[in-house]
Amino acid sequence: MVTLIVGISRYLMILLIMIYTYYSFRYYFMKEEADQGRAVRRQTVCLFMLHFLANLLVVLNTESPALAAFYGAQAVFFLGYIYLYRLFYRKVSRTLVNHVCLFLMTGFVMLTRLNPEQAMRQFVIAVIAAAVTWIIPFVMDRVWQLAKIPWIYGLFGLFLLILVCAAGNTAYGAQLSLGWGGFSFQPSEFVKISYVFFIATMFYRSTEFKSVAVTTAAAAAHVIVLVLSRDLGSALIYFIAYLAMLFAATSNWLYAGTGAAGGILAAVLAYGLFPHVRRRVAAWADPWSDIADTGYQTAQALFAIGTGGWFGMGLYQGMPEKIPVVNKDFIFAAVCEELGGLYALCLLAVCLCCFFQFVIIAMKMRAMFYKLIAFGLGTVYITQVFLTVGGAVKFIPSTGVTLPFVSYGGSSLLASFALFNIIQGLYILKREEEADEKG
Amino acid sequence: MKKGKPNPSANRSIRGFAAGIGVLFLGIVLYLAYFLTAESETVINNSYNSRISAMEERMIRGSILADDGTVLARTVVATDSNGTEMETREYPYGELFAHAVGYSSAGKTGVEALANFQLLRAHGNFLENGLKELAGEKKTGDSVVTTFNLRLQQIAYEALGDRRGAVAAMDPSTGKILCMVSKPAFDPNTVAENWESLIHGDTAEARLLNRVTQGLYPPGSTFKILTALQYMREHPGAYKEYRFDCSGIFAYESYQIRCYHQNAHGEQDFTQAFANSCNGAFANLGLSLDLAGLKGLAEQLLFNRELPLSLPYSKSSYQMDSGAGDWEILQTSIGQGQTLISPMHNLLIMSAIANDGVLMRPYLIDRVENASGELVKEFRPSEAAELMVPNEAAALQELLIQVVNEGTGSALKRDTYQAAGKTGSAEFETGKETHAWFVGYAPAEDPKIAVCVIVEEGGSGGGTAAPIAAELMDAWLLGE
Repeated sequence: MVTLIVGISRYLMILLIMIYTYYSFRYYFMKEEADQGRAVRRQTVCLFMLHFLANLLVVLNTESPALAAFYGAQAVFFLGYIYLYRLFYRKVSRTLVNHVCLFLMTGFVMLTRLNPEQAMRQFVIAVIAAAVTWIIPFVMDRVWQLAKIPWIYGLFGLFLLILVCAAGNTAYGAQLSLGWGGFSFQPSEFVKISYVFFIATMFYRSTEFKSVAVTTAAAAAHVIVLVLSRDLGSALIYFIAYLAMLFAATSNWLYAGTGAAGGILAAVLAYGLFPHVRRRVAAWADPWSDIADTGYQTAQALFAIGTGGWFGMGLYQGMPEKIPVVNKDFIFAAVCEELGGLYALCLLAVCLCCFFQFVIIAMKMRAMFYKLIAFGLGTVYITQVFLTVGGAVKFIPSTGVTLPFVSYGGSSLLASFALFNIIQGLYILKREEEADEKG
Repeated sequence: MKKGKPNPSANRSIRGFAAGIGVLFLGIVLYLAYFLTAESETVINNSYNSRISAMEERMIRGSILADDGTVLARTVVATDSNGTEMETREYPYGELFAHAVGYSSAGKTGVEALANFQLLRAHGNFLENGLKELAGEKKTGDSVVTTFNLRLQQIAYEALGDRRGAVAAMDPSTGKILCMVSKPAFDPNTVAENWESLIHGDTAEARLLNRVTQGLYPPGSTFKILTALQYMREHPGAYKEYRFDCSGIFAYESYQIRCYHQNAHGEQDFTQAFANSCNGAFANLGLSLDLAGLKGLAEQLLFNRELPLSLPYSKSSYQMDSGAGDWEILQTSIGQGQTLISPMHNLLIMSAIANDGVLMRPYLIDRVENASGELVKEFRPSEAAELMVPNEAAALQELLIQVVNEGTGSALKRDTYQAAGKTGSAEFETGKETHAWFVGYAPAEDPKIAVCVIVEEGGSGGGTAAPIAAELMDAWLLGE
């Protein structure tokens, strides 16, 4: 019986996420709000069925009552998150809320399978983060002084990054986090947001040459500190976000071209200067020649993805634990292995949907400040997705960043919630504005 | 602040950037799709992939078959007195396919290693597999049909007898490996039980070693193919004018090079010197060669380089550089000295010559079938490299035919087909018999089989190795 359920639910889960993804894209081509509402409701149904099936497999495989209870807690949380959010903010983007739930759910399931204790920790942090960041749209609606304090964002962020660089704990050869009474905290995740706010406020004030020069210098300072901390993945995200925002604000090809050329030059320099960069590139170019050492992680990820194939091995049927840092940087490979390549591709498509949603909001916003924030955060988000997924499938060298909402890590989770809720705040602002104009 | 101007140029930039991101993600999706459909099988069939061994517990390993479907390896499930199921891997032909098919008990070798992943996957009837899954029964993995021909394998095995050595044959136009025998062998049915004695036994025996791919020997006179080719390259159109008077011993300064058994060949032209394998003529000719050119040629013919082979193998080595002394030149040009070659490599060179210079990628797995015999995947011949240009191959073919018709390869003279080849008698230790080599192909006009034979301490190539090659060619071409 169990084998039957395992066998069927594997395909059923893929079917469900495919339907979910279909409605995620379909949503944007619907004109009527009633249609969109129906699409979102179908997404939600898929979501809960998916969640139930995955956890059925978890419980059947582990026969653990604790994990059954854990499933219950998760289901209550998702219900609460989806419905309470809507109750309080009537104009919230419901499809985006669903996407967050899909990511969280996939993350919880994979982490439960890898390490139930971590999954529970992650769950607690998610609950707290959801509650705390719930207030963000409310604040954004009322506190419009947010656009007036660029240097508070800029200096605060830079200060935190320097602190990590100087006194941070080292993990996998990079200074990433600050320890604080048993808790560790990864500032670069949050500084991403203050950094986007800083650039947006600066460019909102002026896009004259002088302002651009000052902003570039401050942004470059962020990136350089990150490079010195050896957090190259974050450095890359910051750099690309800056370039994208600069281009959006000025539409100046000269700036964009110079910036891109500078980036390529910096990449070449980094390759020449840092042995760990060369190692990563070598492991990407040919993981097989040094499979026992530098190529180990990439090779294991490829084994996982390849063995899983399109339909996956099924939960608990693969060996994702063989991949080093699978719960963070390589969670995508674990999803591929056990839930299937199709599931992983759908997940990736939904990530892209989130980005497009951010972009649509950015384009609708009239105020440059909001426009830049939506676009900047969108770029931060999608660059991060690109780096982690690209690294896991060996499309690009691995840079050691997490997949937002899916990977394990409290700072990443809290920052992702903050990021998405800022976007929700903008969305709500926009819809209220539209309603005002109509009324 | 909320009522700023709409900003169309910013939106244009944003839209452009978003489109770029879309393209980038399409790139990832296509890459992953390509990986999953085209690359993943080769990638995951890796000894570092512990997932494969986990699959063994959920599958009954598939069978390995000869080209005509004869079972060479299969897994038998028996229920013992306690009712527990026992799986045994059976090799009906025992020692015969020891190295070719390999074993899968104490590690994996041969086809067992190459096709490990295929053997552990079931492409069966979806319904049937589903029902088995329901019942919690194990599925039977796919079968692998090899390119090995049972009869050729038996002939090669018996012809070697109790002598050490290696025999391999390949179809030069496709790259199919037709047989592969290494002696002494072992019984793959009992390899796990006899493991200790197999690895700690007589080291010269090296039973586990597949001499075809992993044995390295001095090429002896088979290397004259390269010396001749280099000479032809340096004297295009005029190489046939080369003359040498052989007295059985060629003295150069303080050095002496002897022909086999000090045979005095007398007045020799280029073709005769090659056909009779005259050491003096070739040592003398070697002195005139551009040594950097010869090394370049050797590397072009895959010395010091990777072979296009999926089995484990030893890399052949060619050492002589342009500053070499006379003795080294004399030795190297007749295939002695420090040069070492594997029988498989020698076979590949011969196949390329037979195939007008183009080396086909050698392969041992013809197709994969599911447990009920339906085709899952078929492997197609592919070119590995062009080792020489067609007119060089043609000139060598002419020389190799003369070896059979007028020279040391007379054991292959037939009215029914024209064979071509080169003998070799490689010295490896003073006071011991030479290793007997033969590499060749047939029929000359449309090659269907290329053969490489080495018999360790077998004496002369023409006397010991060539008759074995002849037996294989007779069987393949005449059906005898």
